[in-house]
Amino acid sequence: MKHVLSLLVENHQGVLSRISGLFSGRGYNLESITAGVTTDPGITRITLVSSGNENVLEQIKKQLNKLIDVIKLIDLTEKPSVHREMALIKVHAAPKQRGEIFQVADVFRTRVMDVGMDSIMLEITGSCEKIDDFITIMQNYGITEIARSGLISMEKTKKIKGGR
Amino acid sequence: MNISGAEMIVESLKKEGVNIIFGYPGGAVIPIFDVLFAEPSIHVVLTRHEQGAVHAADGYARSTGRPGVVLVTSGPGATNTITGLATANFDSVPIVCLTGQVPKGMIGNDAFQEADTVGISRPVTKHNYLVTERKDIGRIMKEAFYLATTGRPGPVLIDFPKDIQIKKIDDKYPEKIQIRGYKPVSKGHSGQIKKAVKILKEAKRPLFYIGGGINIADAAGIFNNILEKTDIPVISSLMGIGAVPSDHPRYLGMLGMHGTFAANMAVSSSDLLFTIGARFDDRATGELKKFAQQAKIVHIDIDPAAIARNVTVDIPIVGDAKTVLEELYPLIKKPAIDSWIKQTVQWKNTHPLSTETEGNLLSPPLIVRKISEVFPDAIIATEVGQNQMWAALFYNFRKPRTLLTSGGLGTMGYGFPAAIGAQAGNRDKKVIDIAGDGSIQMNIQELATAVQEELPVIIAILNNGYLGMVRQWQELFFDRHYSSTCLMRRPSCPRDCNSPGDQCPPYVPDFIKLAKAYDAVGYRVTEEKDIEPVLKEAGKSKTRPVIIDFIVSREANVWPMVPAGAGNDEMMLGEGSLI
Ligand SMILES: Cc1ncc(C[n+]2csc(CCOP(=O)(O)OP(=O)(O)O)c2C)c(N)n1
Ligand SMILES: [Mg+2]
Repeated sequence: MKHVLSLLVENHQGVLSRISGLFSGRGYNLESITAGVTTDPGITRITLVSSGNENVLEQIKKQLNKLIDVIKLIDLTEKPSVHREMALIKVHAAPKQRGEIFQVADVFRTRVMDVGMDSIMLEITGSCEKIDDFITIMQNYGITEIARSGLISMEKTKKIKGGR
Repeated sequence: MNISGAEMIVESLKKEGVNIIFGYPGGAVIPIFDVLFAEPSIHVVLTRHEQGAVHAADGYARSTGRPGVVLVTSGPGATNTITGLATANFDSVPIVCLTGQVPKGMIGNDAFQEADTVGISRPVTKHNYLVTERKDIGRIMKEAFYLATTGRPGPVLIDFPKDIQIKKIDDKYPEKIQIRGYKPVSKGHSGQIKKAVKILKEAKRPLFYIGGGINIADAAGIFNNILEKTDIPVISSLMGIGAVPSDHPRYLGMLGMHGTFAANMAVSSSDLLFTIGARFDDRATGELKKFAQQAKIVHIDIDPAAIARNVTVDIPIVGDAKTVLEELYPLIKKPAIDSWIKQTVQWKNTHPLSTETEGNLLSPPLIVRKISEVFPDAIIATEVGQNQMWAALFYNFRKPRTLLTSGGLGTMGYGFPAAIGAQAGNRDKKVIDIAGDGSIQMNIQELATAVQEELPVIIAILNNGYLGMVRQWQELFFDRHYSSTCLMRRPSCPRDCNSPGDQCPPYVPDFIKLAKAYDAVGYRVTEEKDIEPVLKEAGKSKTRPVIIDFIVSREANVWPMVPAGAGNDEMMLGEGSLI
C-alpha cells in the first residue's frame, strides 16, 4: 500500500541525502520526494511517498524518526488531508489534432504553457491518479516529455470543535 | 577571549572530561595536534592505522563506559576509519570521531586529500556533521558527545575544514544544548510494564533473553537482582555475555548458531521469551519461522526500530533497560516453575560444552578454559571466527563490559586494537585478545602502539593455520573445498588439498620472530602441559605486550552449530551429527 509521509526536518545541508540514503541503504521503496522550506527558515517540509507492507512501513517510520534531523513525522495516509501533484507534459500535436487535444486538456483543467510548431506544453495539477489518467490519454497523441513534481500534501484542519 | 577553532575543539574535549584520545595526524589536522602538544591533561595514543585508532577508542568505550575519542586527518585518514565506525555503530558504542577536512573554499574541487567524509560515513554513524561556521564548533562538539552517549549510543563524526580550525573568535563552550529532533526515551510505559508483569506471572516456561543493551545501560546489577528474586532461567546473545556470571546456576549460555544446547533447547521450548536489550539478530534466531514458536515475546529496548523488526512482539516496551528493570523489580514475583527449571538444568547436564576437539594438537576450547582459570578477572577481546565463538563459550565471564567483540559487523582485526584501548583505560586489569591467526594479521601493526604505550596486552593466538570459521563451513557444507582458507598454502601444494598435516609448508609469519621485531614478548605453545605455565609467565609482563602462539588442531570445529535454515533446536553436536 502507498503511504504519504510528511516530515518536518532541520533545514541543514545534507538532510535530503540522509533521508534518501536511508531508503536506498535499507532497500525501502521511495516513489517520490519533494522538499521546500516552511515559514520557519530553519525547517524544511519533506513530503515522500513510499510503498510496502505494514511491517516495512512501520520500520520506515521508525527509522526516519531515528534521524536526528527529523523533527516531526506524520503519516498522512491515515489522516484527512489534501494531496497535490503538478506535471508539465509536452504532447505531440499536429495542427489538425490540436483542437481535440485542447478539448481533453480543458476537461482536465490543464493550462497551456507553450505552443510550438508541432507540440504543446500543458501544465496539470491534481491528484496523482488524475495526472496518471491524463498522461494515459495523451499517450494516444504521443508524449515527448514529462516532468512531474512529486506529491505535496497537507493535513486538513478540524471543521467542528472537538471533531475533525 | 579570542581562541582558534583548534583550541575550541581541545577545550571542548577537556570540558567533556576526555583524558585520552586515539589518533593519527596529517595535513588537515596539524592545528589540532598542535594544541594537543601543549595540553598535559589529554594523552594522545598514536596508533599505526586509523582503523586501529577507532577500534581502540571502541575498546576503551566498551570497557570503561566512557565515550572513545578519535582524531584523524582528511581523505585517507577519514576513509580508513569507516570499518571502525561501522563496527561501533552496529554494536552501539559511543565514539566521537574528529576528522580534518580541506579548507571550506576548496571543498568540492577534488583538492589534495579531499573526501566526502560526511557522505561516506553517514550510513555507519549515529549522526555526523560538517562544520561550516567557526562559531558552531562548541555547540556541535557538545551535541556530538550528547548524541554519542545517550539513547542507543553510537559513533558521531565531526568533519572540520582546516580554515575553521585556524580561525579565531571570542568563544566559550556552551552549557546547554537542545536538539529538537532527538528525544530518547528512558522510562518505559507503565501500562506496558504492568502487562509484562502479568504475562510473566502466567507463564509456565518463562525465559529471560538478554542482549548487549543490558551491558550498555549498566543494568546488569538490577537484572541479577531480578534473577535472584525470580529464579527464571536466562539465555544471552553474544553481546549480552558478562551481564550474568557464566557459572550462574540459572544461566544456560549463549543462544544461536553456536549457542549452547541448553540455551537453544530452552528458547525453542519456552512459552515466554522475556527479552531485554537484544535485537533478534539472525545469528541468534536461526531460521525465523522456526524461532521460539511456542513463546509470547516481551521486548524491552531503547530503540523503537529494533522492536518487532524480525519477530512479532506481544508486549513491546521502549525504554532504557536499567530504568525499566528498576520499575519491574518490585512488581514481579517468583513464579512456580520447578519442572521447567529442572528441565533446563537437565539440558545443561546432559549436553555440557566439551573441550574435546577433532585432531591431536592443542584444543582451542581447552586453552580458553585455562585462560579463564589463570586470569579470572580479565577483559577479553576477541577477533572474529572460531576464536570468537570459543572465547564466548569457554571463558567464564563474571562481569559486564569484560567481553569486547565485534558482534554485529563481525570485524576481523577488531580485537587487538580494542584490547589496546581497553588496556589504556584499565591499567590495573589484565587484557587479553583471544585471536585467530588470520584476524590478528589484519591489525598486527598496532603491536608497535602497544609497545610504545607500554601496554602489557596478551595476544593469545589460536593458530590453526586456517581462516577457520570459513573452513568449517567449507568442511560441512561445501564438500571440504578449502578454497582460499589455508594460510600455509604454497604453489607446490595439491590444488584440492584438504588434508593438513606434517607435510604442510611452514606457517608465515613466525609470530615469535614478529614479536621480537616489535620488541614485544613471544611464546609458542605446542604441548598441553605448557599452556598454564606460559600463561602465568605472560601474566608477569607489566610493560610489554605478549604474543602466545598456540598451535592448535587445524580442523577443530566449533560445536554445537545450527546450520543455515535450521531451527535453534536442530543443532549439529559434533562429528556432523544432526540431533
Ligand atoms: C574483515 C573481515 N573479512 C572477512 C571476514 C569473513 N570471515 C569470518 S571468520 C573468518 C576467518 C577468520 O580466521 P581466523 O582469524 O584465523 O580465525 P579462526 O576462525 O581460524 O579462529 C573470515 C575470513 C570477516 N569476518 N571480516
Ligand atoms: Mg585461524
